[in-house]
Amino acid sequence: MKAITEGLFEVSVQRPFLVVLMIMMMILAAVYGGSKLIFKSDYRVFFSEENPQLSEFEKMQATFTKNDSVAFIVAPKDRVVFKEKTLAAIHTLTTKAWQIPYSSRVDSITNYQHTTAIGDELTVEDLVLEPELLPNINLEKLKNIVLNEPVLYKKLIAQDASVTVVNATIQLPGIDPVTELPEVVTKVRQIQADIQKAYPDLEIYLSGMIMLNNAFSESVLRDSATLIPIMFGVVALTMALLLRTISGTVATIIIVMCSILSTMGLVGWMGFYLTGPSVSAPTIIMTLAVADCVHILSTMLYEMRNGLDKKMAILESLRINFQPIFLTSATTAIGFLSMNFSDSPPFRDLGNFVAIGVMLAFIFSMTIFPALLSILPMQVKPEAERKADFMSKVSDFVIAKRKVLLVSFSAIILMLAIFVPQNELDDDFVKYFDTTIPFRQSTDFMQDNMSGLMTQEIEVNSKESGGIHHPEYLSVLARFSDWMRAQPETDNVNILSDTLRRLNKNMHGDNPEYYRLPNDRELSAQYLLLYELSLPYGLDLNNQIDVDKAASRIVVTTRNMTSTENIELEKRVSAWFEENAPQYTAIIASPNLMFAHIGQRNIQSMLLGTSIALVLISLLLVVALRSVKFGFISLIPNLVPAVIGFGLWYFIDGRVGLGLSVVIGMTLGIVVDDTVHFLSKYLRARRTQNKDIVAAVRYTFSSVGHALWITTWVLVAGFMVLAQSSFKLNASMGLLTALTIGIALIIDFLFLPSLLMSVDRDKQGNDSVVIAEENKYVVN
Amino acid sequence: MLLTSNKAVLTVTNLSAWVFWGLLLGLSGVSFNVGAETAEEKGLAIATEAKKRDLGWGDSQSTLKMVLRNAAGQESMREIRNKTLEVRNDGDKSLNIFDYPRDVKGTAFLSFSHPIGSDDQWLYLPALKRVKRIASRNKSGPFVGSEFAYEDLSSFEVEKYTYKFLREEACQLGSCFVIEQFPVDKYSGYTRQITWIDTVEYRIWKTEFYDRKNSLLKTLSMTGYKQYLNQYWRATGMEMVNHQNKKVTTLTWNDYQFRTGLTDADFNKNTLKRAK
Repeated sequence: MKAITEGLFEVSVQRPFLVVLMIMMMILAAVYGGSKLIFKSDYRVFFSEENPQLSEFEKMQATFTKNDSVAFIVAPKDRVVFKEKTLAAIHTLTTKAWQIPYSSRVDSITNYQHTTAIGDELTVEDLVLEPELLPNINLEKLKNIVLNEPVLYKKLIAQDASVTVVNATIQLPGIDPVTELPEVVTKVRQIQADIQKAYPDLEIYLSGMIMLNNAFSESVLRDSATLIPIMFGVVALTMALLLRTISGTVATIIIVMCSILSTMGLVGWMGFYLTGPSVSAPTIIMTLAVADCVHILSTMLYEMRNGLDKKMAILESLRINFQPIFLTSATTAIGFLSMNFSDSPPFRDLGNFVAIGVMLAFIFSMTIFPALLSILPMQVKPEAERKADFMSKVSDFVIAKRKVLLVSFSAIILMLAIFVPQNELDDDFVKYFDTTIPFRQSTDFMQDNMSGLMTQEIEVNSKESGGIHHPEYLSVLARFSDWMRAQPETDNVNILSDTLRRLNKNMHGDNPEYYRLPNDRELSAQYLLLYELSLPYGLDLNNQIDVDKAASRIVVTTRNMTSTENIELEKRVSAWFEENAPQYTAIIASPNLMFAHIGQRNIQSMLLGTSIALVLISLLLVVALRSVKFGFISLIPNLVPAVIGFGLWYFIDGRVGLGLSVVIGMTLGIVVDDTVHFLSKYLRARRTQNKDIVAAVRYTFSSVGHALWITTWVLVAGFMVLAQSSFKLNASMGLLTALTIGIALIIDFLFLPSLLMSVDRDKQGNDSVVIAEENKYVVN
Repeated sequence: MLLTSNKAVLTVTNLSAWVFWGLLLGLSGVSFNVGAETAEEKGLAIATEAKKRDLGWGDSQSTLKMVLRNAAGQESMREIRNKTLEVRNDGDKSLNIFDYPRDVKGTAFLSFSHPIGSDDQWLYLPALKRVKRIASRNKSGPFVGSEFAYEDLSSFEVEKYTYKFLREEACQLGSCFVIEQFPVDKYSGYTRQITWIDTVEYRIWKTEFYDRKNSLLKTLSMTGYKQYLNQYWRATGMEMVNHQNKKVTTLTWNDYQFRTGLTDADFNKNTLKRAK
């Protein structure tokens, strides 16, 4: 094995052009697959086929009508909706919105089908049929009608009539996900711009589930325009400042690009698609690939300073670094592969992409990287031992204060561990986007002025064909609607009992006394037939009632809430039905409930995944370090950073969701790298050099401290770049990962040596035989 | 509301019709050239012939089974008895009485359709025991939750559309004219329809409906044509497939009887209560 690898290293250094050419051709072949990669912009990608909340929601959508929508939020600057000009604008907007591709229905306050009754004459008509009619319409009366219609209240009209919504229902065919959504959004934006231009006194904002889906791709576009260039800047700057080599920087950037391109190409070949979380793979791969190069470069430069010529220095560096880099790449890959346990497919993909990328980066840094280094000119300036001085100061400090450090760190760790469970579970898809994303701004505006975007859709099944006509069923609905409207979270309740109450009133000459439920089954059924006969284009009863007329769907719109609040409300609704209508089944589902549950599900599944990764990584360390004892000791620096990270997170943000539930698994593989480097150097000092514990600690700091310092800096910088993402899911993940990796270095520098010194203390002096014995097995 | 619609027609030699429609086209600003028939003229001529061939049937009675199927394949069924009275120079009058589901048995819906403008509609609900007049502009709305809009089912009148002949091609009925028709009523749910009409008997084989944004919305297919009174063709099966929401409605017509002696008195709101 060793002979083979060293033979390969020899080729890289002696025939660099050949190696570069060969690898480049392989990369090109892989990269072609990247053209097959598409970005899926649909919130449903976050849920696996088996996700129970998704399947419940899909079942409900199959029974009733599937309704994704675009909400045009129309805000007159003077906050008066009911005046001619604004109503004319809404009418125009309504007409134009019918032109949106795949739209099946447009609802607004102007085309609302209002029924009036005079005696036995019913008139069903648009509230504002034509804008020319507006001068003859009593606007006060119109306002009263709209504000008193439960279907419209806070759904299409704000409670103070200052803002209104035009809602377009969109049915994407789903044949070509890449083009359909942009097609809709382009038209929607064009309508928005046209209306805004024609009516400068209006502001128009866009929200709805279609715009949510679009926000995923929009935030990705925004990120790739900013994050990737920043990332390259960070890499270049880090290399230039810390290693002071232009050729090394250029070679590293080439490796980074090769790793990213071939990974994305390969996953394209494999038929993966991209999603919000998995597009952060390039940033992460870039960060990890840089770390490999830093190790090789720093050893090489060290050897060159010690007088070796460039080629020899490269070979020496590869020889020394092959095993640790392989090991750290493997543990990192295992850490990321643990994300396959995630309940959410985009995170599985992210884990797999990065795992592939890390292993490719390893291959490239062992082949094309040395080849490039041999081609590129490289000078070494004699460097002052500044860094080494700093490292020896750190080691002096740790050795002197080891007891204080051990005690105080233990205290800090225990204290922060207490706060870990205090983090609140929260997946609010609105807050997945930062406030620079238009979707977030619009949805916040809508929340502040009218209603939330969140819903609880409740299917109440009478378990009897035609059962919805039964007076008992309808009275349950009516009581539920009263109860639901009294809940503080509720903005709007769309429910069948309201429709029947209104029809009953209409059929009795609009006498308000008859705004109540019909009391026999036939009458209800006949009212509904009448209602069906008067529905406008694009609407049918299936929206509310199943084909068999056994079940109806209630749509409750609520303010935007956290996961915990969503689940709490869901439980309250569920309890109401258990208590008041145990004879019926009530199923509750909605996109926000899906998100509300996924954080928790994901944490449970990731705990298993992370535990398995931990076992695998520990086994690998036991083998690599040739010591069960040190394998176990390594658990502490491997796990503690995540504990501290989540403990601190309580103070930074306090909310944990889908994105953060994968952080432990992800950071585990990375922080292990520090431990591997630190412990292997320490053991090497103890075993091959027979140093005592204190001297071994000193040696460890001086030999690996600097490289750990640089790689940690690169990793923290890389994940901090990710933390700037406008997609909060990625941003929080980046921030917490950066934090955890930074903490890992502190733990490795200050706590791990203190621990080693306390654990090893008694053995000092009389362990030399054992150590000498162990020497035989040490590879490095 | 009603269902008629299977007619068709052919064109050509009727000189007086030519002169009449020629004048009409001239008035509407379309240049008329006797020598070369334009696509618009040819389309109109076909529609006119189709209507002409379907004149004079008087009245009819039939039963209708309506099956609604949603995207998930769930079905529901309705049974309706239909009576229709032919009205010259206006839309037909129709009376639909629901027999099934049981809950709505006896509900009667009377409609006087008009080629342009709103239809007159009355509804009798037996549980309420009252006749209600319904004024509504919703010709584009669905008929009792089906994929058929009122305007798809009301009687065919030449003046409801403007026309454009597209081509002639083979179809299941042999050879068909393919005609594009553009609704005149601004509240129609369609920008246009494309209709296949067979060249011999002028029966509609298929119609495609394009929605307000000019996307294909639905396709109507007719099957099982039968001829009555040696002249009038009626389809037994009509299947409307909605391509956007994937729902399908099938109508099955049976027990057609013509010239049963129905009169205006049978289509009177005052007698709706007694409609059986």
